[in-house]
Amino acid sequence: MSTAVDGLSGVASTDIQLLGLVKTFHGSNGPVHAVRGIDIRIAAGETVALLGPNGAGKSTTIDMLLGLLEPDEGSVSVFGRPPTQAVAHGEVGGMLQKGDLIRDLTVGELVTMMASLYPAPLEVKEALELAGIVEIADQRTNKLSGGQTQRVRLAVALVSNPLLLVLDEPTVALDVEGRRAFWATMRAFAARGKTVLFATHYLEEADAYADRAVLMAHGVVVADGPTTEIRAMVGTRTIRTTLPGVEAHELTSLAGVSSVERRGEVAILHCADSDAAIRALLDVYPGARDIEINAAGLEQAFLTLTGDEPPDGGGRLSVADGSEAGLSGLGGGEGGLPGSGESGAGSEAFG
Amino acid sequence: MTLTYLRYELLRTLRNRRFFLLSLGFPLILFFVIASPNRHVRNFDGSGISFPLYYMVGMATFGTMSAMLSCGARIAAERAVGWNRQLRITPLSPRSYFRAKVITGYMMAAITLVVLYAAGTSLGVSLTASQWLRMTGLILVGLVPFAALGIMLGHMLTPDSIGPAIGGGISLLALLGGVWFPLGGHGFLPELAQFIPSYWLHRASHVILGGQAWSTKGWIVMAAWTLILSALAARAYRRDTGRV
Repeated sequence: MSTAVDGLSGVASTDIQLLGLVKTFHGSNGPVHAVRGIDIRIAAGETVALLGPNGAGKSTTIDMLLGLLEPDEGSVSVFGRPPTQAVAHGEVGGMLQKGDLIRDLTVGELVTMMASLYPAPLEVKEALELAGIVEIADQRTNKLSGGQTQRVRLAVALVSNPLLLVLDEPTVALDVEGRRAFWATMRAFAARGKTVLFATHYLEEADAYADRAVLMAHGVVVADGPTTEIRAMVGTRTIRTTLPGVEAHELTSLAGVSSVERRGEVAILHCADSDAAIRALLDVYPGARDIEINAAGLEQAFLTLTGDEPPDGGGRLSVADGSEAGLSGLGGGEGGLPGSGESGAGSEAFG
Repeated sequence: MTLTYLRYELLRTLRNRRFFLLSLGFPLILFFVIASPNRHVRNFDGSGISFPLYYMVGMATFGTMSAMLSCGARIAAERAVGWNRQLRITPLSPRSYFRAKVITGYMMAAITLVVLYAAGTSLGVSLTASQWLRMTGLILVGLVPFAALGIMLGHMLTPDSIGPAIGGGISLLALLGGVWFPLGGHGFLPELAQFIPSYWLHRASHVILGGQAWSTKGWIVMAAWTLILSALAARAYRRDTGRV
């Protein structure tokens, strides 16, 4: 495994490298192709979101990254080692998707017990402080709320003081306030120079807390880049206007408009270039009223990129070809589309 | 494996009330209920063993089997909440994990033995120091296959099903091993009993008769069970962790 990775040029041993990973499960309903050939490289110190709907293959990918699951094909290298070795050296800390705590210990005792397994753990007190659970340190683990349990699990992951912290949908059980506190903790930890990978299907989390997002759908990576860039790639804004008596296909022919939805008298124009589109709209149809312009945000990027159809194989290309909004820059790292300067407006649209 | 980890593992187990009920409370109460009225029977059913000694070791067999198999119950509970996956992403090796579980099981078994020995002594059981030691040694050796059985069941069953499985399994093993009552000298049951590990656990009481409490056959049966159950436990572990 390691020789294959060493053979590649330009791969630092401080990187995390997932190469050509394939995993198929064989169930009673036939094979499930959970992961169908993905390549992800994460540089030390990065915070990366693994983003995708349920069933995208995120957890399977994370299990292979952590050495909990052997890939059918491909290899994983964590700081130049196979994952099981990186784990054995205490370089990896994780919070898995599902899980509860073992009983008959207090929170403080449990975190102490786990800390004892690592070569260079944090002080237990520090981990409890980071996770914000100092005040429940003397409570039994089986008498906690769902949110408290999640924070104890985070403390267990943090106390290992890992180089790589992996969080699989860590905020599922949390309310809005709990989520905010959770991510504040995670950011404080990442600021120590740690590498963080977290899986989520909350788009706003990837947008707000990751340097970079890897979008997965149907077992392949459909986009990979800085969160701002991903939004720019899809880059659309929508113009919403009340405009009776005009057919959708007439609006589609306007400059800068890529597609149109009609909802009664309301037309929603998805625009590759909203500046050109609004000029053309008012020029041709001065009667258009109640006009709103919205940035699409990552939500739109997500829907456009992940779609419902499984891609035919070469995931990135086929999705780029199949999308409406001109994804020519996808995967190339260059946005080059309008809307790239926009960040705040769209993220309010979901939540 | 660190001592801190083991210490908390033991602490957890000591705080578990269910353990004390099945491994300690139940055998202790049964011992007094059965042995008290018959405490003066010196030669129980022609075995050469006094009634209190027979049931002291019988109930110790029951309690220590339960203590070892309860390792499995803890493993099943940890699997159910995903804790074994959490442990697999720590530097704790599977070997150390099982070692901690087995040591914990033995610790609980030792508590059971001490308490039942005290109870037996209170009803007139009297052994020399050498006999106490040899008997205890045989029981501890005889628990090895039960440690393997516990690990195997822990990786095969759910927390809901493992309780009845352990309770029923121990009761059946106790019955077939002649722990509840002597099986007699002839016929199918006493023949079968010699292939049951609980029979040889209980047979440790024969140190009082002089000579070897375990025959060569006893050692072979125990070794065979240990090998078979260890292989099955390893297989159950691999299947369980490979599937996740």
